[in-house]
Amino acid sequence: MNLRKYLKVYKKFLHTSLASELEYKTNILVDLITAILSLVGSIFLLSIFFQNSGYIGGWKFEQALIIQAIYTILNGITNTWFNPNLTEIVKHIREGTLDFVLLKPIDSQFFISLKKINPSGFLEIMLGFLMLFFCIRINQINLNLSFMTLSLITISCSICILYSLWFFISTTTIWFVKTWNAIEVLRSFLYIGRFPLSSFSFSLRIFFSVFIPIAFITTIPSEVFLGLSVFWKILLEIIVATIFLINSRKFWLFALKFYSSASS
Amino acid sequence: MAQNIIDVKNLSKSFDISSKEPGLKGTIKHFFRRQTKSLKVIKDISFEIKEGEIVGFLGANGAGKTTILKMLCGLIYPSEGSILVSGYLPFRRKENFLKNITLIMGQKQQLIWDLPPIESFYLNASIYDLDKFEAKKRIKKLSEMLEIDEELFIPVRKLSLGQRMKSELLAALIHEPNILFLDEPTLGLDINAQRNLRKFLQKYNKETNATICLTSHYMKDITSLCKRVICVHEGEISYDGKLDLLLKKLSPVKEILIVCRSEEDTIKLENSGFTVKNKIKNEITIKIENNSIISSLKTILNNFDIVDLFINEPPIDEVIGKVLIKKDYDI
Repeated sequence: MNLRKYLKVYKKFLHTSLASELEYKTNILVDLITAILSLVGSIFLLSIFFQNSGYIGGWKFEQALIIQAIYTILNGITNTWFNPNLTEIVKHIREGTLDFVLLKPIDSQFFISLKKINPSGFLEIMLGFLMLFFCIRINQINLNLSFMTLSLITISCSICILYSLWFFISTTTIWFVKTWNAIEVLRSFLYIGRFPLSSFSFSLRIFFSVFIPIAFITTIPSEVFLGLSVFWKILLEIIVATIFLINSRKFWLFALKFYSSASS
Repeated sequence: MAQNIIDVKNLSKSFDISSKEPGLKGTIKHFFRRQTKSLKVIKDISFEIKEGEIVGFLGANGAGKTTILKMLCGLIYPSEGSILVSGYLPFRRKENFLKNITLIMGQKQQLIWDLPPIESFYLNASIYDLDKFEAKKRIKKLSEMLEIDEELFIPVRKLSLGQRMKSELLAALIHEPNILFLDEPTLGLDINAQRNLRKFLQKYNKETNATICLTSHYMKDITSLCKRVICVHEGEISYDGKLDLLLKKLSPVKEILIVCRSEEDTIKLENSGFTVKNKIKNEITIKIENNSIISSLKTILNNFDIVDLFINEPPIDEVIGKVLIKKDYDI
């Protein structure tokens, strides 16, 4: 793979998608307001849950805020990259414009995963990080190298799992053509990631760890922040993320063999 | 002598197609138990195309022309048979193969809708690993050939269909491909835009010796661009050869409208053994076989008092239309 070429192409992707988005100023403004209101709403909801009892699943309100912060960062990443690109796969396949992607001398997964960007998602990412720094202060977390490395690894793994899940569902469009509903189900499952895994019943914990690993996405990075993490859980998240990423790639290449293009 | 650049042998393609009965009952049945059947859309076809050739694929809707093009450029896996394009197996989509080809579809677009076409050109240039200087040079050259200038800087959504198509062509040709697959490139364009596009393709072929495979329902595209046509009928090749040979075979006679000095001459002409199509006062239309046209005209001019005459070719659409509904042409 020619890394220099891919960096050059990505620079062009950033330029063209930002230019496209900036054509519609009001839309960006509405998106920014929605992001702020959504975060305020989520914190308000969380505070209601903690009103009667100081703890949920063994987590204090201040600790649960870390999960909310990580969820906000991930949601920002989803809105910045995954949502504009991966939902477009469905359109590409339905309308047959995937033909143009497949005939370009560039990796098709790279192209369809990163071509677009939604700048309003950046605000969510920034808000998430601001909230995370606030949580680090109120929870008196000691910032050291091992903590920084572990949190970076676990958050990166979360991004990989989230991307792979979304990409996997979008790829099935090659057979099923319409998969909007499955993506909506995934998004609603992601909301669950705002709460500590231990706050759910045993069977739900198994479901969200094994079948749809939403739990890995926010809970494990949050545990790292609170110093509650255990080595095997971090290792497991790395393994799960690697398996998901490799399989999403293999699944895409496999699915392309069944691509029949839309009729003209 | 030009070498074969496309080599297709015993190519077949089947698709699984689901069918649905009409009405609510049919819809419910279709939802729970989908009836699918395998449909062979391309049946054991073989052909070769030489470097620099412009070949037109003719056929009715659903005959399989686009499927053939999509297999040639590597978008669809063939079910049986072999395809070699420029020495590559297309469906492997190797980088060097993709740098050599392009696909242009009249009904689909790759330009970024909200931005001027120039942005899409530079994006494509980076994908094809062209530096800025080279990209600029090629954009200038192609835009001059296509006669577009200011349009390059206007958002795509505000361009006319003709301007958009020209921009699509530029975006698809920025990497200077050797093989062009064109699927109805003039679809929806007005007469002038169609003519300009054909002129451009002729010029591009002449300057670069690029091979062009073209499908179109506009006969003018085929007659002005292609010397050779491949007729596809229900997934099979019904004719592969020179276009003029096909036209001669399909329309062996010409119609001649003769304006005589008097009505008596038309009656004399009518009784002299020519096949008469119609007769109105002193005007008569007769049919003469292509191979005897000169001798017949000499006879007419020498023996009758003629004021004027017009030789009419049968409408090309009508002639080619026969190909679309008939299976075999033994030429």
